[in-house]
Amino acid sequence: MTDLLNQLNESLGHVNHWITIFLILAGLYIVVAKSNMIKKLVGLSIFQTSVYLLYISPGKIVGGTVPIISEGYAVYSNPLPHVLILTAIVVGVATLALGLAIVVRIKEAYGTIEEDNIYAQDWD
Amino acid sequence: MFEQYPVIVVMAPLLAAALCAVVRNERWCWILALSVSFTSLVGALSMLGYIDGEAGFISYALGGWIPPYGIEYRVDTLAVYILILVSFLATGVLFYGRQSVRAEIPENLQGWYYCMYLLCLCGLMGIAITGDAFNAFVFMEISSLSMYVLIALGRDRKALAAAYQYLIMGTVGATMYVIGVGLLYTVTGTLNLVDMGERLNPIMDTRAALAGMAFIIVGLSLKLALFPMHLWLPNAYAFAPSVTTAFLSATATKVSIYLLLRYLYSVFGFDFVANHSPVPAVMLVLSLLAIFVGSFTAIFQENVKRMLAYSSVAQIGYITLGIALANGAGLVGGLVHVFNHALMKGALFMLVGGIAFQIGTVRIEDMAGIGRKMPLTMLGFVTGALCMLGVPGTVGFVGKWYLAVGAIQNGWWWLVALIMISSLLVLVYMGRVVEIAYFRERPRGAVELSEPPKAMIVTSWVFILACIYFGIDTSFTLDTAESAVEILLAPKP
Amino acid sequence: MKRNLILRVLAKILIPTLLLFALYVQMHGDFGPGGGFQAGVIAAAGIVLYSLIFGLQETQKAVPPLLVEIGVPLGVLIYAGVGVVTWILGGNFLEYGVLDSHDSAHGQHLGVMLVEMGVLVTVFSTMIAIFYTFVGRGR
Repeated sequence: MTDLLNQLNESLGHVNHWITIFLILAGLYIVVAKSNMIKKLVGLSIFQTSVYLLYISPGKIVGGTVPIISEGYAVYSNPLPHVLILTAIVVGVATLALGLAIVVRIKEAYGTIEEDNIYAQDWD
Repeated sequence: MFEQYPVIVVMAPLLAAALCAVVRNERWCWILALSVSFTSLVGALSMLGYIDGEAGFISYALGGWIPPYGIEYRVDTLAVYILILVSFLATGVLFYGRQSVRAEIPENLQGWYYCMYLLCLCGLMGIAITGDAFNAFVFMEISSLSMYVLIALGRDRKALAAAYQYLIMGTVGATMYVIGVGLLYTVTGTLNLVDMGERLNPIMDTRAALAGMAFIIVGLSLKLALFPMHLWLPNAYAFAPSVTTAFLSATATKVSIYLLLRYLYSVFGFDFVANHSPVPAVMLVLSLLAIFVGSFTAIFQENVKRMLAYSSVAQIGYITLGIALANGAGLVGGLVHVFNHALMKGALFMLVGGIAFQIGTVRIEDMAGIGRKMPLTMLGFVTGALCMLGVPGTVGFVGKWYLAVGAIQNGWWWLVALIMISSLLVLVYMGRVVEIAYFRERPRGAVELSEPPKAMIVTSWVFILACIYFGIDTSFTLDTAESAVEILLAPKP
Repeated sequence: MKRNLILRVLAKILIPTLLLFALYVQMHGDFGPGGGFQAGVIAAAGIVLYSLIFGLQETQKAVPPLLVEIGVPLGVLIYAGVGVVTWILGGNFLEYGVLDSHDSAHGQHLGVMLVEMGVLVTVFSTMIAIFYTFVGRGR
């Protein structure tokens, strides 16, 4: 009984990773299953958000404080994942902006942003 | 000054791209882009001379922080091989492409085109030179984002849909790569590739390390268009401007192949990958599928650029076949084919760009009878076709020979037969274009034709002659590939 | 929208606060969350709010498109320029320690401040440029 409770406690402690997996699957599903181009970009954003959570969760060291050297503290949280995620967020923003710009041009050229309609117009 | 070469090779294109964005005059941007690409080429060649002569590698600490605490630029034989390839192609395509850019791209966007071209060059050189996992992701996205823009500037409106599809698939691939790096960082605590390799030695068969390896391989396979993740490649190459296709077809996937090789052999280790993981078996199946499905689909294409793009999918299958063979000869064959395929495809796409410049279309049916009107171009195309076929004395032969030797070393005679059969398929789809160009009459009322501008013809022929030269005198490519493979196969410290 | 009294009063209160807050976040990046990217986005949000309430033409008088077009590569040039300066002074690329010949930590501080300034300029200009392009397209 205590063994089962311990296992339950451990998996509940990993709730961040459960959320990461859920976001990965949700994002990928939207990218694959939806045919509206803007919905695909939203799905891509969700997929990229899961990566941020994956990096930052192990960065908080148990018992660690803000990573600025001050007296009286021995354990500091890891600042490197935060720096990596700042970069990844900027890359995600740039990709989203570029994707939206391409969608605006596609709407002007084809008159629609549903992928099925676009492929029916030119690639039949 | 010499120690700063690793950073000059990457930062000069970046600075030049920012300058191009300020000065948007087409002529000055072209001159700036050409001189910076040439500077990168000279830098890469001098690093090759230094590595061959003295040390085995150059290690440059960016920002003065010593590795493994800081980002390290690590240049060994394999990296400098890719650096020379990318900068050589960039310079050649720029020299070739000025007329083509002026014909195909709207006037107010031509300066921005060169800016994106330089950013793409910076990103590709950065991936090849960096020794840090996350830095590779940053450069990968720099090059990918500029590639999406370069493709979307095509004349046809299908270029926009192709760029969008490439954006979605490319970003999914890059994000999977980042997930893999995150998992490996969590278990090793470092991002430096050499250090990561050392720290992974005892824990290679834990679940986290295996999951990280799987994510990285899938993410990079999306970027290098391994079957079945190649769906973005035919549309992207077919509808992009001619200069873009000539540059991207030769460099974009090759740099991702370099990164995959770096991970498989320097981080995970040859022993683990070849003997304890399913990677060789899976790669074998996927490579064979890539070769045959790619070649078959190429036979039925109406658009000559799309046909050459499917042919690229097949040739990437040959390169990953070298990884699947998991022995020295196979890897040498794959690496040599990286360089040779870049030369061949670059030359072929340049010739097709010249044809498109003259007749305005790339449909194979519209190319009837141009053999007599554009003799130099079509002769170059025929020579390129012979190189792709793998005729001895051309570059296409060297890679396939070493792949066959590797297959025989594994005892897989059926693979040698398959390689030969696939070369026959090349004959079918290339021969179709040659037959239509030479043996049919020009339709009445067609556009009056002449050869493309001199810069285009001269550069395409330089690359075609390089195909033949490097096929006869294989010392540069083979020696470099063999020393690179020696480094890759060495056990990790 | 500029005839609506509530929006005009709110704009007068919020937009200067947003721009000041952006500068605060930029300078505070050494000690807490903040830095160039966040500050650039907050400042751009202030300008976008101004444009939503008062219209595109007024905004383009305040922040001319030419300034924005120059700003995008200018930040990149500042960042890479710091790298070139450290290079000329004898260190590796972006080795901030050599910026101050007496105290290496002070040189690091100076270098980081300069590159964050470059990042602020580029991010602010890029966000405003994207906004101008999207909004100006339907006309």
